[in-house]
Amino acid sequence: MKAARFPLPTGRLLRFAGAHAVLLVGAAFMLLPFIWMLLTAIRAPDEILTGGLNPIPRSFHAVENFSAALQQAPLLRFMVNGVIICGGILIIQLIVAIPAAYALAKLRFPGRGLLFAAVIGGLCIPIQVPALPIYLALAEFGLLDSYFAMMVPFFLSVFAIFLFRQTFRGFPDEILQAARVDGLGEFEILWRIVVPSALPAIAAFSIFSIVAHWNDLYWPMIVIQRMDYAPPPLGMLFFANSETGASYGVLMAGATIITAPLVLVFLLARRRFVQGITMTGIK
Amino acid sequence: MADIAIRNVEKSYGKTAVLHGIDLQIADGEFLVILGPSGCGKSTLLRMIAGLEGISRGEIAIAGRVVNALEPRERGCAMVFQNYALYPHMTVGENIGYALKVAGLPKPERERRVAEIARIVGLEAFLARRPSELSGGQRQRVAMGRAMIREPKVFLFDEPLSNLDAKLRVQMRLEIRRLHQRLQATSVFVTHDQIEAMSLADRIVVMNQGRIEQAGPPRLLYAEPATRFVASFLGAPAMNLLPATIIAKDRARMADGTEIALDPARFIVEIGQAVEIGIRPEDVMIVWPGSEGAHALEVEFTEDMGSSRLLHTRLGGMEFTVLQPAAQIEAEGQLPITIPENAIHLFDLNTGKRLNRQIPVIGTAASAAA
Repeated sequence: MKAARFPLPTGRLLRFAGAHAVLLVGAAFMLLPFIWMLLTAIRAPDEILTGGLNPIPRSFHAVENFSAALQQAPLLRFMVNGVIICGGILIIQLIVAIPAAYALAKLRFPGRGLLFAAVIGGLCIPIQVPALPIYLALAEFGLLDSYFAMMVPFFLSVFAIFLFRQTFRGFPDEILQAARVDGLGEFEILWRIVVPSALPAIAAFSIFSIVAHWNDLYWPMIVIQRMDYAPPPLGMLFFANSETGASYGVLMAGATIITAPLVLVFLLARRRFVQGITMTGIK
Repeated sequence: MADIAIRNVEKSYGKTAVLHGIDLQIADGEFLVILGPSGCGKSTLLRMIAGLEGISRGEIAIAGRVVNALEPRERGCAMVFQNYALYPHMTVGENIGYALKVAGLPKPERERRVAEIARIVGLEAFLARRPSELSGGQRQRVAMGRAMIREPKVFLFDEPLSNLDAKLRVQMRLEIRRLHQRLQATSVFVTHDQIEAMSLADRIVVMNQGRIEQAGPPRLLYAEPATRFVASFLGAPAMNLLPATIIAKDRARMADGTEIALDPARFIVEIGQAVEIGIRPEDVMIVWPGSEGAHALEVEFTEDMGSSRLLHTRLGGMEFTVLQPAAQIEAEGQLPITIPENAIHLFDLNTGKRLNRQIPVIGTAASAAA
């Protein structure tokens, strides 16, 4: 290559620098709370409010904070609860949303347009709207303070139906027809032919779902009184109130432990996640 | 083995009718080609046989059993699609053997049959590959293998060669023909390519706007097209069609006064009738200047096609093509020709119907197993 690659033409260089400056500022805003959390988790109590952003604490207090967090709060219990709730919600969401999305995308039946309009409408309704009726019903049946109470409002995800419907629509009709001629029933076609090719979208949705429900505080706070059932954020809240008082170092150590699995899951599935979102856009 | 009977079948989407009363008998073991331009309803008809489209009226019977209400899988048909329609996440072997897996055959039996089919379609070396790693021709072979492994009573082909390049298309055409000779299964093949139709078919059905224009052996359709549409659709280069008026039992005159001689024994015409005179480019005779009854053509340009030359000329002001063997001397300027009277096709200008004395049987299966 004879032509020098650098320097770039000034205009392009400026645009490049500008774009990255914006991205850096955005990234800093997103990351700062996490950095603060990590810093607080390794500082001694007296340094927490005075240390500023100095990354190296005067006295390294990580071991004390983390062991205190693990001893004082049933963090493992909270995380197991989180896994049960997120797993339960996700499995039922997929079982319900995938066939519904397939029907909306590929089967012809009267009322399909209306049903899809209802799905779009459902996207606009936040959990706060049906919260009270669901709470009353759960109370009526004596189901408060249970895993079921925490999961039930989320079993039917209109977002999943919408996302999968868009993905399935791009699947070639000829393949479905070939499968029908080959002797497959509609459910076999769906689970054995269509779903394997939609895995990126399913992975993307799974991450959305897990992150949302792992971090959810609003709904568990309404239906859960007993600490045994608390998912991580609610558990942290109980923990903060009862045990630690103003011991921020211990609290942040707990928060770090609780956040870590999510960050790990995201990093592992990052590529699929991006693929799934962009693919549905193109199709 | 199975014959197919299509009785007065209609198809409409809402108020739009796409098929208007199709009647067709397909004999056991016959290779039938449905030929027509896009939008003529040929694929719809095929998909109705397969069970992928509902039947609005009439009935379809396969091997004597009415299949209107049967699911595709209950009809015993196998289908090959234009875009191959392979299962993207399965290997070649899994694609071919999947129908057997669905049918619950034990694995050793399945593997034996997959290997056998792979040998027939020449894909033994590719069994572990994914469809995305194959060329178009290989993918279409997988699709054919997948159809064959079920040993279907009926093979349905929906323009399977359209996505292949010209050379591969010719090759696959031969393979399909060979396959049919070997399996002798009733086959219905839909295409818009008249060369494919001519070379593959035992019998061709020409469709236009949801109706059957003509059905018969390729040679008959070529020699005696029943309508102007069939005449213009079959044959490459296409038949010359010259509008004219009948001025005597043995004479037609074009708009500019050019007169063309007709054999009065061959046609039923009335004086003053508006007709179209059809002449195939290869039937035109090039003669010596000054020969009796010769027309002088003005050669505009020549297309060299290797084994032959196509002369683009004008006759009576209309475009007129002449196919000339390449061995002959290249024609330039004025070209004297004659049109043999027995090579002339005559169609009514308004109805498009052939005006010969013996009109061939239209639309039914009288000449099925020709």
